[in-house]
Amino acid sequence: MRDHDVQPSMLTRRGVLGGMGIASLALLSAPASAQETVDLDVPGGPSMRMVTTSYPQKGRMILQRSSPPWLETPFEVFDQGVFTPNNQHYVSWHWANFPADIDVDSFRLNVRGQVNQILSLSLKDVLHGLPRVDIAAVNQCAGNSRIYAVPRVAGAQWADGSMSNAIWTGVRLKDVLDRAGVKAGAVQVRFGGLDDPAMEGAPKFLKSLTIDHARDREVMIAFAMNGEQLPLLNGFPLRLVVPGWCGVYWVKMLNDIEVLDHPDTNYWTATGYRVPDTPYNTVKPGETGFKMVPVTRNAPRSFITNIGNGDSVPAATPALARGIAFGGDCGVARVDLSIDGGKSWQPAQLGADHGTYGFRQWQTQFTLPAGGAHTLMVRCTNTKNVAQPGFRIWNPAGYMFNTIETTHVVAAKG
Amino acid sequence: MLRAVLPIVTVLGFALLAYPGEAASITTLKSLKLDVPTSDTMFPAGPESDAINNNCLACHSADHVLNQPSLSREAWQEVVNKMITAYKAPVSPDDAKAIVDYLVRTKGTS
Repeated sequence: MRDHDVQPSMLTRRGVLGGMGIASLALLSAPASAQETVDLDVPGGPSMRMVTTSYPQKGRMILQRSSPPWLETPFEVFDQGVFTPNNQHYVSWHWANFPADIDVDSFRLNVRGQVNQILSLSLKDVLHGLPRVDIAAVNQCAGNSRIYAVPRVAGAQWADGSMSNAIWTGVRLKDVLDRAGVKAGAVQVRFGGLDDPAMEGAPKFLKSLTIDHARDREVMIAFAMNGEQLPLLNGFPLRLVVPGWCGVYWVKMLNDIEVLDHPDTNYWTATGYRVPDTPYNTVKPGETGFKMVPVTRNAPRSFITNIGNGDSVPAATPALARGIAFGGDCGVARVDLSIDGGKSWQPAQLGADHGTYGFRQWQTQFTLPAGGAHTLMVRCTNTKNVAQPGFRIWNPAGYMFNTIETTHVVAAKG
Repeated sequence: MLRAVLPIVTVLGFALLAYPGEAASITTLKSLKLDVPTSDTMFPAGPESDAINNNCLACHSADHVLNQPSLSREAWQEVVNKMITAYKAPVSPDDAKAIVDYLVRTKGTS
C-alpha cells in the first residue's frame, strides 16, 4: 500500500535528506551530518528536530513532519517583530495530495449550494471585482504547544511555533456570498481546497462556519500576506482567514464554497478537532463523562521572546523582558510579568496595536534581587477580561493550551 | 543553551518590525510551479517493521511517527484505530496488531 506515485523529480537528494529522521543522521557522511538541529526541550523526548531549508519559498523551519509537511516557526523569529516573515510562517497540511503547480489563469473559486447564482470566480474577479480589505491576524494551530502536554498525547508534536501573524489582504467572504445571493434556509457554509486525501474513501479536508459567522464581515478570502502573494505551502492562491479562530478553519488553496441548508456532517467538521466542554477545555487525565465540542476561538497567550530557559540574567541590575501576546478572539488588554513564580505581578508596557487579532509586542524592566534560580512568568489578559490560567491545561488531544508560560533563569552577580 | 541577558542599558525600545504591514497594492498573482520535498525514509528494521512500512507510509512520512512521544499500548491502539476508522487506512486486522506491537516495542511506555 506504500505510495509509489511520488514523481521521480521530487526524489532529489535535497528532498530525501529533508525527510530523514534524526536517527538516520549517524549513517550519513560529513556534509549531511552538519545538518542543523534544534532542541525542543521536552521531558521524555524525542526533543531534537532537524532544521530544514528544503521547502519551496520557506526559510529555516523546524521539520516536524516531511510529508504532508508540518513545518514549525523557529521560536527566535517571534523576538524579531510582530509580523512573521512569510518564509517562516508555519505550515501544516492534513493530506499530502495538493498541487505544486498552480496556474493563475485557469484557477477558479466556485460558490454553490443554497445560492441564487452559482459563481465561478477567476483570480482577476477576486483581485479586481470586489472591495479589498486588510486585517492583522494570528494563525495558530489548535495543537500549538502540544509537545508540552503532561502527560504527553499523540498528534503533531508542535512546540510553541505553530502560530504566525500576518497582515492578510483579500476580500470579505460576505461580499462573495452576497454576489451569489444566499437563499433563505442556509445554515452553514463549507469550505474546501485543492488538497485531496491519499486514500480512497478518506474524508476530504473540509471545514464549515455558521452562515452568520461567514457573513460577519471579518471572515475573508486572502490573496496576500504581508503584501505578497501567499507561499504555496501557506495556501496559494487563496486562503480563508477566520480572525480569532483556530488555524484549522483557515482553509488553504480555497477553491470551493458550498452554502448548506443543513449542518455539515463531514468528518473534519462533525467529528475531528474536539475538546472537552469544560472551562479552559481542561480535564484530568483518565477523566470521562464530559461532552466534546469543536475547537473554535483562540484563547489569550503571551511569551517572553528575548530570554529562554536556562539563560543567565544579571542580579541586582535592571534587565529587559520583551515578548509577544495575543488576545485570542479579541484584543490584548494587558500583559503582566512575574519574577517570583507568580506571587506578584508587574504590568508590562504594550507596543503598537496593529490590529485586534494580531500579535502585540510588550516589554518591561525587571530586577532580580539576588543571585540564584528565579522563575519568570508572563500573563496576557484580553479585552474580554479573560486571563491565561496558572494551572496546566490538559485534554486528550492536546488542543487549546494557553497556560501561563514559565521561564527558568539564573541570576548572576555582575 | 546558556545565553546571557544584556542589562537594560544596552537594549532600549521595542524591536522594530521588518515588515511594515502596509495594505497590499498587489494587482496580479504569478503562477507557481514548485517541487515539494517528500521522504523515502523507512521505519527502523525489526520485528513487524514490514507491517508499518507497508501500511503507514502511503499517507504520511515515517518522521510523523518517529517524532511522537512514548505512549501506552492503549494509546497506540487508539492511534491505529483512528487511522483505520477516521482516515480509512485499509489495514488488515493482522497488520493492525503487528503495527501496534511495533509501536509498543519501539515507542512504548513500559
